[in-house]
Amino acid sequence: MTQFDRDDGVSRRKVLECMTWAGTGVLWTVSGGVPHSLGIIDEALAADAKGLTFLQISDSHVGFDKPANPNALGTLEECVKRINELPQKPAFMIHTGDITHLSKVAEFDDADRIISQTRLDVHYVPGEHDFLDPDQKLYKDRYGRGTKGAGWYSFDAGGVHFIGLVNVVDLKAGGLGNLGNEQLEWLEADVKSRTASTPIVVFAHIPLWTVYPEWGWGTQDGAQVLTYLKKFGSVTVLNGHIHQVMQKVEGNATFHTARSTAFPQPAPGAAPSPGPMKVPDDQLRKMLGIANVTFKQNEQRLAIIDTALQS
Amino acid sequence: MLRSIVGAALLGAAVGSVLAGGVLIAGAQTGAAKAAEVGIDNFTFNPQKLTVKAGTTVTWTNRDDIPHGIAATGNSFARSGALDTEDHYSFTFTTPGTYQYFCYIHPHMTGTIVVEAATGSNVTP
Repeated sequence: MTQFDRDDGVSRRKVLECMTWAGTGVLWTVSGGVPHSLGIIDEALAADAKGLTFLQISDSHVGFDKPANPNALGTLEECVKRINELPQKPAFMIHTGDITHLSKVAEFDDADRIISQTRLDVHYVPGEHDFLDPDQKLYKDRYGRGTKGAGWYSFDAGGVHFIGLVNVVDLKAGGLGNLGNEQLEWLEADVKSRTASTPIVVFAHIPLWTVYPEWGWGTQDGAQVLTYLKKFGSVTVLNGHIHQVMQKVEGNATFHTARSTAFPQPAPGAAPSPGPMKVPDDQLRKMLGIANVTFKQNEQRLAIIDTALQS
Repeated sequence: MLRSIVGAALLGAAVGSVLAGGVLIAGAQTGAAKAAEVGIDNFTFNPQKLTVKAGTTVTWTNRDDIPHGIAATGNSFARSGALDTEDHYSFTFTTPGTYQYFCYIHPHMTGTIVVEAATGSNVTP
């Protein structure tokens, strides 16, 4: 999409139209090292994709009860019901943060109670709303076992290397999301010995790419992550935080943000602030959802593809 | 929901009095409690820059549907707890100086409190 290569001459609205998709979920497949979107979740399931399938949910904000969605727990339950109805059981789920709204024990309990009904292994990374308890320990006590630092880690599944990063702690005045040197050094070491043909999935709460700095939608040292991942033929970055689907393809990397299960937020610059967006009741569920991610292995060709294009 | 972060505010006042030494007592002797307000609307501190006399209690009120939190750059004053909608946080500034702060949940939100000497003279801390 040439619009992404130009800084002038294209209105922000136009670019956003290119980046925003409709639908309740997105299914991904990798063939020839290029991640493709197959469309909304129902079409994708119809395509009967084979390979590693996992789910992403994000921004559940359990405890949120404001007009934009007075029952965030209820819509999370609806998403879980949807997950349980999938004809193909996913291998596992990732949650890209803001599990709770205010990091209260009861909120974490409610989130666990609902999400565990998927009976899936869930790999979490925290959002800034999960570190609001005074000691900043509730998230780590529940989800931080076996992780480093504020909760970063990696694991392998189906031939894909998954990396969960934390970019919501030690935020600096005037800044964006922040990974910090300790985490970046860990990441560099974590990927160093892996072969370039290994598909990489990075997931973190705040987008690692700069979506809209005026609203803090980006990660200050996110570009450093891509430097470490340059050699890999296939890099997919999954984020949340902005409560809407956006995608960007840059070189070998595909960036994607998931919908919230709780409430929508406005498109960048489309409102005075990024706060919860109140939409008509019959529109709310069109703006919440889950993402379904599938990888098809084609290892002979993975390493030779160095440019990823959105299908 | 209306809830004041009383614990945090008291802690803030305690820290403030330690920092300020005898200044807090001088303020108390005047008997006139000075107060000022900072609103949080649409992810913005309003006013973004506030100038007060030493001894003034500044109260932040979050009017957004999303929590915010007050943290001073360099921890020059006590950090608030998470402020949900309509929650308040108060801190009494006893030492003249310029205090930069930000929202530790949304760090692109920044503000400044300028504290002038209560006597009006230019005392640098």
